[in-house]
Amino acid sequence: MLGLFYILLCWLAGNIIAYFTGNYISGNIIGMILLFCLLEFKVVDAEKVRPVAKFLLGSMALFFVPYGVGLMVSYEVIMKNLWAIIVASVVSTVLIMLTVGWIYQRMVHRR
Amino acid sequence: MMEIIRSDLFLLTVTIGIYCGCSTLYRRTRFALLHPVLLTFMAMIAFLKIFSIPYEHYRAATEALNFALGMSVVSLGYLLYEQKEQMKGEILPVLTSIITGCIVGIISVVYIAKYMGADRTVMTSIAPKSVTIPIAVSISKPLGGEVSITSVVVFCVGLLGNIIGFWLLNKLRITDPKAQGLAMGSAAHGVGTARAIEHGAIEGAMSGLAMALMGVATAMILPLVEHYLY
Repeated sequence: MLGLFYILLCWLAGNIIAYFTGNYISGNIIGMILLFCLLEFKVVDAEKVRPVAKFLLGSMALFFVPYGVGLMVSYEVIMKNLWAIIVASVVSTVLIMLTVGWIYQRMVHRR
Repeated sequence: MMEIIRSDLFLLTVTIGIYCGCSTLYRRTRFALLHPVLLTFMAMIAFLKIFSIPYEHYRAATEALNFALGMSVVSLGYLLYEQKEQMKGEILPVLTSIITGCIVGIISVVYIAKYMGADRTVMTSIAPKSVTIPIAVSISKPLGGEVSITSVVVFCVGLLGNIIGFWLLNKLRITDPKAQGLAMGSAAHGVGTARAIEHGAIEGAMSGLAMALMGVATAMILPLVEHYLY
């Protein structure tokens, strides 16, 4: 239960920070960084957070089902922009793989 | 009867039931296009259409899942903590490659979409397309993106990476297992990471790390790009 409390507390703190910084970054993402910091600096015991975090991470796919079902109202927009979406996504995905893999491999093997 | 079907409890139960059923089907077949998430989207849409339940009603009824999604974004901080060991002694190469990849990814997807005539909502919706879905929707929603487009496109990008990732990396002579893991996680988030885990422990761990870092990097960089560049 303590683990759940820490996660909610980080989220809440993240929302408060987001509110006072003009909502530049969404509160739950700030909360994620806060949780990482609390674990990193041993303020919070990782053992306490692990079971809740594992459960949440493992069921993530279920949690965004309602968003995906939104396809039933947004499919017209997707259909209208279908080719732009497909070409942009495929090219960009390949570029990311290439950039990340190549830069890392280059930097590590140079030493 | 319709009252029961339209109730929050019924719709939540159906959603989770369909998801469990689709997961079992996927485990038996292992066919990437039968991915439980895609099947659940389709089955749920069919269900709502049959009982003519409007999407807004369904969204409101499943608010509990949305809340859980928010918590799962926070718990990614735990994943980052668990995977940070992988960065030991390699902080510079890891961060340089991820941040560059993040910028290249955002700029390329936004500008290609723009030149192919996509409107701004679509551009913003697909800009965080290589980030794990909970973070991607948290980024695109406040910027004016359409979260259903974000979640479907991001998911399909993950599937693409899952299916062609290792083949492509080998073709491009990116053969270092750690480099492959990083590339999979940063381009294809959780869906790519699932594939990387099957490939090997090193690839899987690096991929998980890349997924978390890519989320943080995109959350910080995308609002700037959105404001100044398009």
